[in-house]
Amino acid sequence: MIHFVVHDDGDSVGVVVVEGVSSGDELTGWIMDQDKDITFKATSDIPIGHKLAIKPMKKDDTVIKYGVDIGRVVADIGLGEHAHVHNIKTKRW
Amino acid sequence: MTFDINNATFMGYRRENGRFGVRNHVIVLPVDDLSNSASEAVAHNIKGAMAIPHPYGRLQFGEDLEVHFRTLIGTGSNPNVAAVIVIGIEEGWTKRVVDGIAATGKPVVGFGIEQHGDHETIMKASKAAREYVQWASEKQREQAPLSELWVSTKCGESDTTSGCGSNPTVGNAFDKMYDKGVTMLFGETSEITGGEHLVAERCRDEAVRERFMFMFDRYQDMINRYKTNDLSESQPTKGNIEGGLTTIEEKALGNIQKIGRKCIVDGVLDKAEAPTGPGLWFMDSSSAAAEMVTLCGAAGYVVHFFPTGQGNIIGNPIVPVIKLCANPRTVRTMSEHVDVDVSGLLRKEMTPDEAGDALLEMMLRTSNGRLTAAEALGHREFVLTKLYESA
Repeated sequence: MIHFVVHDDGDSVGVVVVEGVSSGDELTGWIMDQDKDITFKATSDIPIGHKLAIKPMKKDDTVIKYGVDIGRVVADIGLGEHAHVHNIKTKRW
Repeated sequence: MTFDINNATFMGYRRENGRFGVRNHVIVLPVDDLSNSASEAVAHNIKGAMAIPHPYGRLQFGEDLEVHFRTLIGTGSNPNVAAVIVIGIEEGWTKRVVDGIAATGKPVVGFGIEQHGDHETIMKASKAAREYVQWASEKQREQAPLSELWVSTKCGESDTTSGCGSNPTVGNAFDKMYDKGVTMLFGETSEITGGEHLVAERCRDEAVRERFMFMFDRYQDMINRYKTNDLSESQPTKGNIEGGLTTIEEKALGNIQKIGRKCIVDGVLDKAEAPTGPGLWFMDSSSAAAEMVTLCGAAGYVVHFFPTGQGNIIGNPIVPVIKLCANPRTVRTMSEHVDVDVSGLLRKEMTPDEAGDALLEMMLRTSNGRLTAAEALGHREFVLTKLYESA
């Protein structure tokens, strides 16, 4: 069963595609562009559609999704943690 | 059964100017806010006539007025419309809209309210509408090749499943139709922010690229002029954020999945401007669903692909809006709004090719007459783009 998907091998985040992911859950992810599976442990409760970090990120790092820059880290994000507006901001506007 | 795009046809209404529509509406089109009441009265009197009320049309000027006229004339000219009754407060601007629509050769007549009042206008317009409705009701659908179809796209209340499921499904369908000479459209200028370099790379030549970047920069300038923060909760919207999208860059990269992997951007249009040939066009436009789809209809597009994540429920009075969704929660909780469920993509139960074909099949069924979810539910959001204050 696929719990989260990742667009590209080089991405720092994946997207949870099932409901009810809780901290401590063992998750299976699918890297779509390279068509391979990875496993990860969630370290936060993550709602469907929200992102989990699959690479550790430090403040001011660039977040990569689709192999492209999607913003900057504003608070450190650990592996398997919920990555969203509380720790990532736009570089535009 | 595998979908065969090479032999795909649809049953459409051939209009006087040679274009094919997939609906056969008789519309009552107000030029201005003041004429909504008479327009709705006519639609109430005559079954089969549809009023398209809106809040603008008075004291507009400059480019804002031009967009207003282009949108009204384009809406009346759309091949999904068989005939048009135009009603305005006075005869001058009413005639301008009538003359614009008349260039298509379709039946159109206008009425000015001043010196006549609502009662006389409603009576005369109702008589004309009755004739148009009966005339249109005898129109027959005829077979047309896929290349006669004009298809637009815009996504709404996107979430992260849009970028990995429903938007790539549109991209797959667009890639397949591009080779067949279909006329296609995307837009949402602000929602390309962060992926503008990727769209620029896809432009046919330097002239198209320059025009695209002109439109992109013009929109950025407008945002920078009026913004009071980083636009969070507006773009991305509160719903987008609820759905897991964090930044405009992330939203934009998901958004542009809709233009597939092979399509070339052949040309760039201003708001409500009609394309001049087949291929993929970019139209400068708002990313607000109803504004954008209204502009697509005004540019002459007859079917719309609308991927959603969190469940945008938009429809349009004249253009069937086909909704597709890859979020299993939305498909479960809002099934009455979803025409094509592609949530299997994210469970590896469906391939991108199968999802694209499912959308194309639904496009042909819709073009042949099947009502979309939005049509069945009565969604007729018609929203004019307004550039600035009226004089």
